[in-house]
Formats: sequence, C-alpha cells, structure tokens
Amino acid sequence: MQAATPWLSLAIWVPILLGLAVMATGGDRNAHIARPLALAGAIAGFLVTLPLYAGFDVGTANMQFVEYSPWIERFNINYHLGVDGVSLIFVLLNSFVTVLVVVAGWDVITSRVSQYYSAFLIMSGLMNGVFASLDAALFYVFFEANLIPMYLVIGVWGGPNRVYAAVKFFLYTLLGSLLFLVALIYLYNKSGGSFEILDFWTVPLTLDVQKLLFFAFFAAFSVKVPMWPVHTWLPDAHVEAPTGGSAVLAAIMLKLGAYGFIRLSLPILPDACMALSGFMITLSLIAVVYIGLVALVQADMKKLIAYSSIAHMGFVTLGFFMFKDGTLIPIAVEGALVQMISHGFVSAALFLCVGVMYDRMHSRQIADYGGVVNTMPVFAAFMMLFAMANAGLPGTSGFVGEFMVILGAVKFNFWIGFVAATALIFGAAYTLWMYKRVIFGDVGNRRVAELADVSRRELVFLVLLAVAVLGMGVYPKPFTDVMQASIDELARHVAISKL
Amino acid sequence: MTENTLPLMFPAYAEIFLLVMALVVLMADLFLGARRRWITYALVQATLVGCAALTIIIARTLGGVTGYTFGNMFVGDVLASVLKLAAYISVSACLVYSRRYLEERGLWTGEYFALTLFALLGMMVMISANHLLVLYLGLELMSLCLYALIAMNRDSSASTEAAMKYFVLGAMASGLLLYGMSMLYGSTGTLDLSELAGLISRGTAPTVVLVFGLVFVVAGLAFKIGVVPFHMWIPDVYHGAPNAMTIFIGSAPKISAFAMAMRLLVDGLLSLAIDWQQMLIILAVLSLALGNLAAIAQTNIKRMLAYSTIAHMGFMLLALLSGVINRNLLSAGAAYSAAMFYVVVYVLTVLGAFGVVLLLSRAGFEADNLSDFKGLNQRSPWYALLMLMFMFSLAGIPPTVGFYAKLAVLQAVITAGHIWLAVVAVIFSLIGAFYYLRVVKLMYFDMPDDASPIEPAVDMQVLLSANGVAILALGIIPQPLMALCLYAVEQSYGLR
Repeated sequence: MQAATPWLSLAIWVPILLGLAVMATGGDRNAHIARPLALAGAIAGFLVTLPLYAGFDVGTANMQFVEYSPWIERFNINYHLGVDGVSLIFVLLNSFVTVLVVVAGWDVITSRVSQYYSAFLIMSGLMNGVFASLDAALFYVFFEANLIPMYLVIGVWGGPNRVYAAVKFFLYTLLGSLLFLVALIYLYNKSGGSFEILDFWTVPLTLDVQKLLFFAFFAAFSVKVPMWPVHTWLPDAHVEAPTGGSAVLAAIMLKLGAYGFIRLSLPILPDACMALSGFMITLSLIAVVYIGLVALVQADMKKLIAYSSIAHMGFVTLGFFMFKDGTLIPIAVEGALVQMISHGFVSAALFLCVGVMYDRMHSRQIADYGGVVNTMPVFAAFMMLFAMANAGLPGTSGFVGEFMVILGAVKFNFWIGFVAATALIFGAAYTLWMYKRVIFGDVGNRRVAELADVSRRELVFLVLLAVAVLGMGVYPKPFTDVMQASIDELARHVAISKL
Repeated sequence: MTENTLPLMFPAYAEIFLLVMALVVLMADLFLGARRRWITYALVQATLVGCAALTIIIARTLGGVTGYTFGNMFVGDVLASVLKLAAYISVSACLVYSRRYLEERGLWTGEYFALTLFALLGMMVMISANHLLVLYLGLELMSLCLYALIAMNRDSSASTEAAMKYFVLGAMASGLLLYGMSMLYGSTGTLDLSELAGLISRGTAPTVVLVFGLVFVVAGLAFKIGVVPFHMWIPDVYHGAPNAMTIFIGSAPKISAFAMAMRLLVDGLLSLAIDWQQMLIILAVLSLALGNLAAIAQTNIKRMLAYSTIAHMGFMLLALLSGVINRNLLSAGAAYSAAMFYVVVYVLTVLGAFGVVLLLSRAGFEADNLSDFKGLNQRSPWYALLMLMFMFSLAGIPPTVGFYAKLAVLQAVITAGHIWLAVVAVIFSLIGAFYYLRVVKLMYFDMPDDASPIEPAVDMQVLLSANGVAILALGIIPQPLMALCLYAVEQSYGLR
C-alpha cells in the first residue's frame, strides 16, 4: 500500500533540506537568520511526523505509510520506507529531541552557528531515515551518513580533547559498520538479489552462518548501543561533545544500535540469537552492574551520565535477548523499548541540565559545585525530577521500562531478574549522590553564589521534557499501544526457526 | 551494422581527429605566442569537445556493436567509448584546474598542450587496442609524454628526479611487459588479442610458456597500474612532480591502465583467469595493506594521495579478480563493471581532491603539506565542504559516490566466494578512513596558520564546485553511471 502523502519522506527530507538552507546562510554575520531558520526547520520536521502518529493504525503489525520506488536497479536497491509500531516512536522521539537541541544551543553556540544547526538538522533527517528504511542498503546509507555530521559536531564544537574523541567515535563505529556491510551483501546474495529487510526475514540460513552474521551485526550495533566492552568511545565522545551533541548522541544515536538488533538481528537470525542469548545477557548484565559501579566514582557530571547511559542501555539489550519457550518474552521487549524512549527523554534532559550549569560555570566537575539549589531553585526542582527518572522512581518514565524488563527477567530466570533489580540500586546511588553533591549542601564557592536561575529559553526545554517524562511515567499506554502489535508479531516471527 | 556500410577507419575517427588537432595546436601556438595563448587553450578544449562528440557519434552509429578497423588491430566497443569519454572529462578538468598554477610558474606553454594531447592520444590507443603491439604503442606514447610533462619544470631538481625515476622504472616495466608479450607470441604465433584468446582457449599452446609470459605481463601491468610490489615510483613521482602534473598523472592514466588490464587479461587471456586471478589476489591484498598503512605516516598530501591511490587500485583489482568463478562467467559482467565504476569514480574524486590542492597553491607556494589545509573551513567554508566530500568519497562513506563504488566491488568479491578478501578489504578501508579523516580534522577542527584569501579563477570555481556536487549527486543517484558501466561491459564482452 503506497501512502497518499509521503509523510515519511517529509520527515526525512524536510530537516535535511532546511539544514542545507541553514548552512547556506553562511558566516556568523548571518547568525540572526540561521537561528530562527533552524528552529523553524526543527519544528517543521517535528510537525510532519505528527500525522504519522495520528494516522497510525495500532491494530496491525504491517508496515504503514509505505513508500516504494526503485532507486538503484543495478543492485535492486529500492527507496522503500515504512514504519511499524517499533520504528514510529523513534521517529517521533528523534524529531522532538531535535527541537529541544536547537533551543538549547540558541545563545550558547556563537561560532559557526549555521554549520552547527545544519549539522543537527541533517542528522535528524538521516536518523529518521534509519528508522524508516525497509531496504537494508538504504538503512546502511542513512546509518553511516550520520557519522559525518556527528564527527564534525564533536570535533568542531567540543571540549579540549575533542579531536581524539571525534576520531575515536568515527573509527569505532565505522569498524562495526563495515563488517555489517559485508554481512548485508552476503544476505543480498543469499536472498537471490534483494536488499529488502522483509525478504531477509525469511531467508533460510544454517546456524553456523547465522552465528557469523550475528557477530557481524553485533559489531555494528553493539558499538552503537554501546555494550560492554566496546563502550569506551562513549564517555570520551560525550564529555567532549557540545551539550546538544551529547543530547542527540544519548537520546537518539545510541538507539540506532538497539533498533538494529530488533529490526535486523532478531528477525533475520532468530536461531543464532537464541543460541547466543546467554552471551548477550551476560554482556548486558555486566553493563548494568559493572558500568553502574563505574558511574558511581565519576568526578565529571557528563561522564557520569554517559556511564549511566551505558548501564541503562544494558537493560534494553537484556530485554531483547531473553528467550523463553523458543521465543522472546514480549513484556521484556516492550519494556526495553519503553526504556529506550524513556532514556531518550531522561538522558537528553540530564545532558541539557549539565549544559545549563556548564554555560554558567564552564565546569563539569562535581567538586566545583555545591548548593546550587540556593541560587537556582527552579532549576534544582527540574533536575530533581530528571534525576529521579534516571534512578527509576515510580511515576516517572524511567520506572516503567525497567520494571517491565525486570518482570520479564524474573519470568526468564529469577537470579537474572534479581541481579538486574539490584542494579537499580546503583542507578539510584550514583544519580542521587551526584545530585546531592551538586545541588544540595552549602554554597560551595563564590561563583555558585552568583548563579542566575534558568532563563525563559531554558525553561522551554525543561518543561517540555518534564511533561514527557511524567506523562510517560503516569500513563505509558499511548506508547505501549503503538508498539504492542509489532512486538507480538516479532515474537511470533522469532519463534519460527530458520534451520 | 556491417563494416562495408561504414567508412574505413570509422572507429578510430576520434583518434585521428585528436592527432591532427594536436599537430595544429603545436603549430598554432608558435604563431600565436604567449600573449594570445588563450586561443591555443580554447583550441585544446575545443579539441576535447570535438573528440567527445566524435566518440558519441561513433558509439551511436555502432549502436552497441563492436567495430574493428586497421585489420582488427583497433577495436571500437562500448567499453572503449565510455572510458574515452571519462578520459576527455578528466583531461579537460586537469587543464582547467592547472591553468592558474601553470601560468604563475611560466609553464603554461604550447608544449604543455601538445604533450597533454599526445598523452591523451596514447591513452585512447591503449583503450581501443586489440593487438599487443598497438597496446604497447599507446602505452609508450602516453608514458613518454608523461615523463616529459613531469620534467617540464626544468629548474626544479625534485621534478627532474621524479621524471628520471619514472622514466627508468617505467622503461623497465615496459621491458617486462614486452618480454611477456613475446612469450605469448612465441607460444601462440599471434599478436592479435582476439586470435590469442581463441588459440589459448583451444588449449593447444604450451601452458608453461603462456603462464611464464603471463607473469611478466601481469608484472608490467601492475607497474603501470601502480600496485604493490611494483608501486615504488608512485609516491616519489606524485611528490616530486609539479602539482599540475600530479593531477594529470593521477587521473586519466588510471582509466587507461584499467583499460589495458581489461584488454590484456579479459580480452586476451581470459582462459588463463585461474592463473592471473591468484596473482591479482596477492597484488590486491599487498596494495591495500601497504597503501593504507603507509598513507597514515605521510605529512605531504600528494604523498598521502599517492599511497591512497595504491590502496584504491588494489581495491579495484579485487573486482577484476572476481569475474570468473569456477570457470563460469555468470557474474563477470557485474564484477568487471564494478571495477570500471570504481575507477571512474576514483578518478572523478581524486581530480577534485587535487583540484583543491591546486586551488590553495599560489605563486611560490605549493599547498602540498597537510598542514596547509589547517582551518580551511574558516578561510572558505565552501571549499572545505568540497574537500570534505572528496575525502569521504575516497574513504567510502555514504552518501558520497565512493561508497557505492566500494559496495559494488564488495558485492562482486562476495559473490565470487572470497568472503575473507572482503573482510580484509573493509578492515584496510577502516585504516584508510583514518588519514582521510585527518584531512577533515585539519580543515574543520584546527585554526588556520595562513589567512591569505582564496581567490580562484571563475572557471575553476565553477568546475570544482560542479565536481564536488557531482560526487554527492552521483551518491544520491548512482544508478545511471552504474548502469552505463554494466551496459558497457556486458555489451563489449557479450556477457548477458
């Protein structure tokens, strides 16, 4: 079924084209044009995704808003777009976060403004492209093309060690992606010359081949997630990236990896996923427990949140790879997806909060702060909410996903559930401890005493995120309803062995 | 269309026209002199346009049928037409990019035009050769012009040294090639490539002599393409030659080297594919490894691009060696067209990259150190963006066209069952990405040392921009060029 209005194409190309328009405004003399244009672009990009949600049929697991036209006939590659319940929410999340990032950088970024904003808008469009692609080659093109703007964002507007971080980010992710490309071409030949992801779902493969392909996919996706032990690029990239870069990195780019697992690894390689589920669960639990402990000892706020992201993404991969009765545990998968969305909001919020403080103090060290509540009470209240959400407090979005994953884990194996639940304590510990040291206590130094509370601009994104976090925590049904049918279909599909 | 209805020598009209025009240019320049050199220049560009028109007319008239002339020594097929067109574009772009540079150095002379046109003629003869001696003739015509071009800046000891090195090593490689050809002649009694192919496939020729000759042919070929272990001249020549000559050596001759490989290995020696494919595997893997690793250590962008070209030619060989699988030719069209697409895309990209080097060069200043690229984004965001496109295209990152070139080659390699080769290739691509990234890093992340304004001539601005946009546009719509390459290969070799 071809969509009447190409909403998905609009979701991809509106931000990209407006991003190019922003870039065309040129030097910093025209920053007063670049900023509003970028905001208009981000809002337009978000608005064109709303009809997707409004017109989405929650009763079916079929791909919706499908667009199909031949692209490279030579390799039978098609411009094939479509969303199901899983991908739709990421398109929405991504377009939403882009708006916040544009607002967050408003008067913070003063050099090369047009390039900064165009990089984010282009990235937003490319990431929508990843989530909406139903053709593996198209998926790969969008997946890889993201590297270019992110590399520039980290390297141009980042902190002192930005060059190292940018190169590390690029090469780490490229290594994974190239092996993934080899695997995709192998599947292309196996499937008789098709790059359609849905065709890959039904290609018969022996277990040995599946395992090799699994590791090629794993190389690409685990680096993006990132899973222990290939996570080391993330703290570097996060710490050096500008605030907006960190927010997009944590909120969206990490989701690309997890999305790859659920869209490609699980349905294409069900038997390998089942055979290697112990491996994946072990890595996930190490991420949850060990990285949680690592986060506890961080002195840099951004690094702490970066490690906390890795730990939270550990819950996501844990949720994806628990098998019972030959198939996935739907509640765990659903929980993992909810966790991804929630983490998108919460990590973006926390990075933006750190950004708010950094813009005033030019320090990310916890030790430089203390008693911020005395001078920035409104800000402290918002950050409290986000810290609680990060710790998984009931009533916030952070609770829903983790609870569902743990519920699934207990069904699967009590002890795994137990370990995962224990890890929640670490999450609470490092988040709240950081919060206490930064916000509470006596006013640490003179510079803290001179802090001004949040501006109206900052209030905009903090309120929007607070609404999202609370709304999702209290009433997650709109999110879960959308994905329900697709998850059931996935579980049904994974249950069919390819051997 | 039969030969009778067409005029004699019809497939070679473009070459004849070029030869006449090269002589006209040589004479005309003597009378026009330095002040009216723009007329000579216009004549040269008009010659290239005329050649392109003739080639298109020939291709249209033949309509996909292969035409022969000069007693089957000269072939006009679709492959030749497409490659010649690519060569014209590349030579024409070289002239535009080099103009300001050469004018500033007093090298914008009649000899430069004549040598360029004769080199192009040599390439065209190589592309259309159907006879070992004709191939050799074209190769030598091209090579001699290139030696002279490199040495044109007589007062520069580096250029002279580069020309000497190139000449000595090039002469040796020609010797190897000629020796290999004599073996082929000795065992089959023919120099005609079509006849040679027929005789070898019949299996009556002595295999030992044939394979012995093949080794020398492949060695000579490897030298001309510039792959390890016959690569030693490339970094020195690229580095030593004036920038305007480096862009010339680094672009169009790659197309003719590819054509030579196709003519020798596929037209002539396809029956020995099992033997030469193994040799190419070694050459390709060594080139990928050495090219990419050595490029990391370079501080001079011309040297870096020299090592990168070694790696790229290695990558191209990967496709060339994936054509014949278990003695069948089912995916040969896909493999050879992937190699062809790779070469054309590489030439287009590297033209732009050297174009930016020429853009930054001024009178008395060769912008050939990597550090000269520092802060280019602050000096000129547009040219930095163009260079970014070229670098990411060389690294094979989508959405630039370089990615599709890599995709096509990898697909051919994996279809041939060499999955390990594909993995080796991507791992070295990753290593390669590092040094391309470094150029981007210098342009975007560092502060400029040199704030002098960049004011290129209008023709260069337009063409360089078009070149960069083409890299992106072909990345968004790669189908036409890919289909053209596939059509050319399938039509020329009857692989359908």
